[in-house]
Amino acid sequence: MSLITPDFGLLFWMVLIFGIVFFILAKFGFPVITGMVDKRQERIEGSIAKAREAEERLASLSEEQARMIEQTRLEQSRILKEATDARDRIVAQAREQASREAAGILEQAKADIAAEREQALRDIRSQVAELSVNVAERIVRKDLGTVSGQMELVDRLVDEASRTKPN
Amino acid sequence: MLLLLPLRLTAAGLDMDEYLFGHVGDSYEWHITTVNGKAVRLALPVIVHSRTSGWHCFSSKYLEDGASYEGFSIAAKGEPYEGKVVENVDGTAVKPLDISITKNVVGLLFNCILLLVIILSTSKWYRRHDATEEAPGGFVGLMEMMITMVEDDIIKESIGKDYKRYSPYLLTAFFFIFISNLMGIVPFFPGGANITGNIAVTLVLALCTFFAVNLFGNRHYWKDVLWPEVPTWLKVPLPLMPLIEIIGLFTKPFSLMVRLFANILAGHCMILGVLAVVFLTAEMGPALNGSLSVVAVCLGVFMDCLELLVAFLQAYVFTMLSSVFIGLSRQEPETRKE
Repeated sequence: MSLITPDFGLLFWMVLIFGIVFFILAKFGFPVITGMVDKRQERIEGSIAKAREAEERLASLSEEQARMIEQTRLEQSRILKEATDARDRIVAQAREQASREAAGILEQAKADIAAEREQALRDIRSQVAELSVNVAERIVRKDLGTVSGQMELVDRLVDEASRTKPN
Repeated sequence: MLLLLPLRLTAAGLDMDEYLFGHVGDSYEWHITTVNGKAVRLALPVIVHSRTSGWHCFSSKYLEDGASYEGFSIAAKGEPYEGKVVENVDGTAVKPLDISITKNVVGLLFNCILLLVIILSTSKWYRRHDATEEAPGGFVGLMEMMITMVEDDIIKESIGKDYKRYSPYLLTAFFFIFISNLMGIVPFFPGGANITGNIAVTLVLALCTFFAVNLFGNRHYWKDVLWPEVPTWLKVPLPLMPLIEIIGLFTKPFSLMVRLFANILAGHCMILGVLAVVFLTAEMGPALNGSLSVVAVCLGVFMDCLELLVAFLQAYVFTMLSSVFIGLSRQEPETRKE
């Protein structure tokens, strides 16, 4: 039966038709489709990779941001602390200087006062001496006319001198 | 009840042989249907080359019902070259070189045009559109899905890295077989021609695979065929293994050819056989005929659904085995030793 023996006519046409169809499809059909599908797949894969990269970058960016905020806060507190320190130091310095100056002025004043007093004392002393010379002159003019009066004076002077000497 | 059927077959007025082979076989004209006892036929060109009288080309309508034209006639039942166009040379039937456009050739042409239209219209979409920007929908999307399925699941997996060289052939084979199988199930014109259930068609397909495997086989493949890694005594005095391997070269495509042919032919015969019950029981009375017709139609629907599955399955199997054979011929020695 011709069912299991290949018929030459059909064989001939099959080779011809299938050959032509294969040629056309292999040239204009399947490669176009599969090429495009591959290209799209590549693009999708690329897009996914890109999205992942962007996500990662975003994550690292927010991390960076947090890090920067943290750093800024640290910086802020450091600056504040420094400022406080500087203030304290300046105040302390100022206080010290003021007290030093005040002490200097006081010293000066004391020295001045001491010098003034000395001066005053010297003045008083010279005046007292003058005064006493004057008084003594008058007394001497009056009392030294007599021997007893002279003697008495000498005694008293000696007396006084010996008494005031330990001073 | 069913046992009674064979007894009545001859009385049924249905020539089972003619019924079956008329549907699954080839013919010079396409018998579409019969209206009021008159056959509606599509006359097809008969192209023959005779040794004595050269080329002849005429319509098959001149050969209808055993008529003779220019010395050619269709050999009647029981004669040599039964059903073929023969030339009457001095009273003996001589078979000329026959490349007539038969029913199967027309079916083949129609299927191929359908295949071209489907694939080229799909590829036109890809030419017109930037597929990286948009994905196709509807029919083009369906075709894309099928093409990627075949390419990714069958071709890429079986062949490996240089699958791109073979994928046009394998895809063409897949869709050709699939469309032909489906068109074979369609019961009316222009479907119904038994293309993939014809051994000439499957022979050509199998030969294509044979050439794809053996023309591009690498060194390792030929070494494996001619000098396989087996104990030396299997090769040296008597080349036992090389002989088996060389026979294997031919049995692989042969099995491809027979598998597709037999599966599709058997499917057609099953459906035809099931539906024949309707006509065979026509004389058994309305009750029996009616009830058996219901059974036959139900079975027919089931068989048709099965054939739909087989249509896809056989295309898949043919493509997969072809890919596997090609993949074996492209294997590198490193991967084999794993």
